Amino acid sequence: MEFFTDFFVGPIMEMVKAPEFLAEVAIAGLMSGVMYSLVGLGFVLIFKASGIFNFAQGVMVLFAALNFVGLMDSGVHPIIAFVATLVIMTLLAIAIEKLVLRHLVNQSQLILFMSTIGIAFFLEGFGELIWGGNVRPLHVGIPDDVIFIANGSILIQEADLFAGVTAAFLVTVLALGFRYTAVGRALRAVADDHQAALSVGIPLNHIWIIVWAVAGFVALVAGIMWGTKLGVQFSISIVALKALPVLILGGFTSIPGAIIGGLIIGMGEKIAEVYWGALFGGAIEEWFAYIVALIFLLFRPQGLFGDKIIDRV
Amino acid sequence: MAETAETLLTVENITLRFGGVKALTDVSFDIRKGEIRAIIGPNGAGKSSMLNCINGFYHPQEGRITYKGQTRKQMRPYEAASQGIARTFQNIALFRGMSVLDNVMTGRVLKMNSSLFEQAFFFGRARSEEIAHRAKAEEVIDFLEINAIRKTPVGRLPYGLQKRVELARALAAEPDLLLLDEPMAGMNVEEKEDMSRFILNVNAEFGTTIALIEHDMGVVMDLSDRVVVLNYGEKLADGTPDEVRSDQAVIDAYLGASH
Amino acid sequence: MLYREAGDFKTSYAKDQALIPIRQDRVMLYICIAIALALPFVANDYFLGSIAIPVLIMVIAAIGLNLLLGFCGQISLGSGAFMAAGAYMAYKCATAFPWIPMPVSIILAGIATALIGLAFGLPAVRIKGFYLAVATLAAQFFLLWLFTHVPWFVNYTMSGVPTPPPATVLGVYVTGADAPNWAKYLFVLAFCAGLTWIAYNLVRSRIGRTWMAIRDMDIAAELIGIRPLWTKLTAFAISSFYCGIAGALWSFCFINTVEPTAFDINRSFQILFMVIIGGLGSILGSYFGAIFITLFPILLNSAPAWFGLEIPGNIITNLEFMIFGAMIVFFLIAEPNGLARLWQLGKEKLRLWPFPH
Repeated sequence: MEFFTDFFVGPIMEMVKAPEFLAEVAIAGLMSGVMYSLVGLGFVLIFKASGIFNFAQGVMVLFAALNFVGLMDSGVHPIIAFVATLVIMTLLAIAIEKLVLRHLVNQSQLILFMSTIGIAFFLEGFGELIWGGNVRPLHVGIPDDVIFIANGSILIQEADLFAGVTAAFLVTVLALGFRYTAVGRALRAVADDHQAALSVGIPLNHIWIIVWAVAGFVALVAGIMWGTKLGVQFSISIVALKALPVLILGGFTSIPGAIIGGLIIGMGEKIAEVYWGALFGGAIEEWFAYIVALIFLLFRPQGLFGDKIIDRV
Repeated sequence: MAETAETLLTVENITLRFGGVKALTDVSFDIRKGEIRAIIGPNGAGKSSMLNCINGFYHPQEGRITYKGQTRKQMRPYEAASQGIARTFQNIALFRGMSVLDNVMTGRVLKMNSSLFEQAFFFGRARSEEIAHRAKAEEVIDFLEINAIRKTPVGRLPYGLQKRVELARALAAEPDLLLLDEPMAGMNVEEKEDMSRFILNVNAEFGTTIALIEHDMGVVMDLSDRVVVLNYGEKLADGTPDEVRSDQAVIDAYLGASH
Repeated sequence: MLYREAGDFKTSYAKDQALIPIRQDRVMLYICIAIALALPFVANDYFLGSIAIPVLIMVIAAIGLNLLLGFCGQISLGSGAFMAAGAYMAYKCATAFPWIPMPVSIILAGIATALIGLAFGLPAVRIKGFYLAVATLAAQFFLLWLFTHVPWFVNYTMSGVPTPPPATVLGVYVTGADAPNWAKYLFVLAFCAGLTWIAYNLVRSRIGRTWMAIRDMDIAAELIGIRPLWTKLTAFAISSFYCGIAGALWSFCFINTVEPTAFDINRSFQILFMVIIGGLGSILGSYFGAIFITLFPILLNSAPAWFGLEIPGNIITNLEFMIFGAMIVFFLIAEPNGLARLWQLGKEKLRLWPFPH
């Protein structure tokens, strides 16, 4: 009985008593949600355009960040480092297409998925072989003061705010690009039907390189944000795995789904940790997202925004 | 085929929609025990959808299906299979990683009932069943003349043989009703003749009722006892090959209406 | 001509369906069993304790995952967590009911793990695709959290990492600090051999064929009358059973503690790599995979020293990551049947040797 009070009544009472604190927790959660959203966005882009469930997306975030911070630490100007990393991510996309994807055309999705696990391991080893495995702090001039709103009762990290605005900007650009540019149209066509797209002359291989490069760009942005907060380190790729439950929540094929799913998960796990964590012995952030995903699988397997798929024989 | 033969399957007023698209509209026909029933029509007429309704893969929104005297709104795949409906597919749906023999043996899955425990230790029913059903599978393999390839993985076989293996898998289930979705698509003349011979033999030797979809009109007219014609998801005509051939609506649909 | 199938005629279906239909293969098997049994007499303690035992345990886990992934086509990224479940369940069982013989405790732990596996698999197997990957990741993170945060699982031990209780089989200690390596080795070997035999039986029976049917084309399988949900669940449960037993043996006969760090997500990936590199859908391949993945890092660590080179450990680790990653991609592209397929090709060469044309 006591447990039920602690579970249902206590946390709610706390929230009501100190709404500013709740808002602060929620905002902090939203900000880590932005990170999940950005990783999830990379997943969705590649999944939509090639049907590949790219397990390596999380490691790409790490790899991009490692390259960026590594270049900066060796004295390169941030903007040049940014451009250089973009070039590296594009080269990576080309290499992945030439060395892996091209040879796996018409293979089952499971094989493609497992091959991205291989890519993930390779990249992780490669990145750390070049740049070392130490935690590297990252300062690119993103403001890291705190500001207070609502008469000083709610505290916000400026870096978080910056991340949120950047993410929103990125998503808008990508969504518009997807809708109104020729490349975007081609991408949607490929996503819809590979063979049909090929038959009207859309070069499939180029399209794949483009999406992987765009996913690399998104990974770089996510990596910079994350690196600013936590330092660039190996654990980024593990945290990035949380984008998978985010996708179950949002649906595998929906860009807005990835964004909203990421925000919900980010906020949900923070609030759960702060208000319910102690009751369960702490560290429930580690699995909260996954259990939410499991519950979703039970009741709404296609996610919030995903498509229902009709099978044909 | 005697006109008085009893009915095995009746579909009544079947309507199937995918979202706003109507794949089938108010289609009714019956299949009599022991006959070869052809379903023909232009591409997109709803033929495959019809078969999918019969074996429960699609669930029509309206209509009734009566099979072996039992009427239901929709079939379920498991129910259809366990009551003796087997089928082959337009695009071959074999288990590519398995040998021909294993593919045929999967056709007998529903007739095996050894427990997990017996299978794990391969004793009792698990052992005796494997041997008994192997003998049955070999009969089918003999019948379709695919003995030489029985241990080959099906992924390595040429198209025509794959079609034959698929038929073998369906036959291994000893079905009462066999649904064939374009069994001769993409075959050359010789292969078509072989396949026609097999279909006729199956019908004659095992008394299996057959419903088939086919585009080759010559084959349809030779093989089938009765033909139903679909067009844009609606039934256009139904009758013996001769009746259908001379039906004006059918001629219009196939050749374009003369104005 | 060293290896021949010809001239070995079968006169009944029963003989053709025997576990190993070719006589020379049977002879090979007997030789392998003889070597495995003779090993304690000839090998040194380091080899038994640090190589043979972990390899055999990982073989069990790899077979478990292979049944699910290679035969039924469903992926799991939580094999490590199911090993952990097996370890903790065996610990609870062995301490709560000390009168139960240790082998039975371990089998019970396997059964409990199968049930835990079902709880996580059930929401995911209804739908196809990558949902099982996420559900098993959920198991990975949640189960490990559970075992470290709920003291009941470790009988309220202060340190949180209890030691498995010593137990005997036929009067010899097989678990605990006092157990000699040869006894632990034979104990593990018995489990490994028995579970290998069962796996072979399963995949040649009805259930194995239904798994493969679901793997190759689930829609066609369903229309034949195979129930996808049920079939995937049995694969998932049996796979978890194998992983559970492997985990219990790992804790009880190898590391001699019950701790979560041995079963983190890296363990899950390690098992996955064993299956892919060894050969998807090959039980023999699980042996090759487990041997390769366990021994290769050891080799990589000691090889530079043979050439008088000194390479720092973290570089070795990074190289290992890169090599395994590259090998995964290579095998998926060139040879999804992995080392097992290379073995088979070798045998085909021997069939012609020494007259290759």
